[in-house]
Amino acid sequence: MAITQTVSEIDYRDRLDHFLARWSWKRNEHVVEPGLYALGGPKKESPVFVTANYTLSFDALRSALKGIDCYILVINTYGINVWCAAGKGTFGTDELSNRIAATDLTNIVSHRKLILPQLGAPGVDAFEVTKRTGFKVEYGPIRAADLPEYLKAGKATAEMRKVTFPVHDRIVLIPVELVAVLLPTIIIAIATFLTVGFVSALAAITAVLAGTVLFPLLMPYLPTKDYSSKGLLLGLLAALPFAGYTYLRHSPANPWTAASMLTFLLIMPPITAYLALNFTGSTPYPSRTGVRKEIFTYIPIISGMAAVGLVILVAMAVLRFLKVI
Amino acid sequence: MFNSYKINTLEFYPEKCVGCGMCWTVCPHAVFGQEIRKGDNILVKAKSRAVLVDKEACMECGACQFNCPSGAIKVQSGVGCAAAMIKAALTGRPETCGDGGCGCGDRVADRPSQCRGSEK
Repeated sequence: MAITQTVSEIDYRDRLDHFLARWSWKRNEHVVEPGLYALGGPKKESPVFVTANYTLSFDALRSALKGIDCYILVINTYGINVWCAAGKGTFGTDELSNRIAATDLTNIVSHRKLILPQLGAPGVDAFEVTKRTGFKVEYGPIRAADLPEYLKAGKATAEMRKVTFPVHDRIVLIPVELVAVLLPTIIIAIATFLTVGFVSALAAITAVLAGTVLFPLLMPYLPTKDYSSKGLLLGLLAALPFAGYTYLRHSPANPWTAASMLTFLLIMPPITAYLALNFTGSTPYPSRTGVRKEIFTYIPIISGMAAVGLVILVAMAVLRFLKVI
Repeated sequence: MFNSYKINTLEFYPEKCVGCGMCWTVCPHAVFGQEIRKGDNILVKAKSRAVLVDKEACMECGACQFNCPSGAIKVQSGVGCAAAMIKAALTGRPETCGDGGCGCGDRVADRPSQCRGSEK
């Protein structure tokens, strides 16, 4: 099987591809042909790195290996990044073993060592790969950017082995979050505008933006560990200006004012909290056990809040309608 | 209250540990550490063995269990993705990351940068 030559430079087409991937544009088409790639001029002794056939994964790896002659074994994960694919098992023992055989790697390199990304480990049984192929699996650092230092030192530092979620990693997820909620948000905003009014439509959009834009940004700074409680708090903060505006506009306050203030305070936080809860899968911390517990704890609370808020909203609309008549 | 992540399914059986070091290598949250093995069992050659140092940080990814050659680790691995679980609960279909919670499902290729990997 042929070895494809690749380079470590990222050009404008790659950047455009990354940009589109971040915006969910044709998500299943950001793929690299699986197989063996040569970076620079590798020899029989050159290291072999393994990655997924998602362009962002492959490009992160090749750009990090600038100036290093090596082989890159791209395995078929159907265009999914290493960690997700490992979780699904597609970045796994079978595919890796089969790809080693298909590319005739045994006859291309003289050594028997593969360097895998650490986050591939949930899908790869290192000892089983050795048993099947003769290749020893070495787990490199989490981030491709740490590879040059890793190669120099011959091992990963404790820091390289720990996953982090810095602001950059959180910001790049925002576009995908936005695209996912775009259509329902537009529909809800229009419906709210037509039935309740402009301020309420703005409140709906604000609650969604709090959950999709502000939440990823502010996540580490919001108190409590649970995503839903963080989201409830953020949603409440987002609702305060609307409640305050209502209070000031209808001063002196009467039961009617209080009721409209309540609708903002009861409906906005659940929207933001729900979106925050749904962000769990995009972050590198929560366990399934914990997320399940969160769902059971908070879904009743947030649906209850939203239901009460909607009942008030409907009751107000009915009263207003009756008064008009 | 406000912390649903105190309990998880990770179990470690130190008596089965052969000290290969895989678990503390693969864990992205430094749940395992290593300690010098006290020479009580002459059959076990390894000088060190794993210790559970931060169980609460476990995200149940399953990497340690999968790469443990001696069955010393047990964890019910899965993806902590509320979107997937809620979708599974609503549709009655099995709950997997690949089956559509976050949109990953039908088109396989999903929101790759999303479910916790991004470009790593």
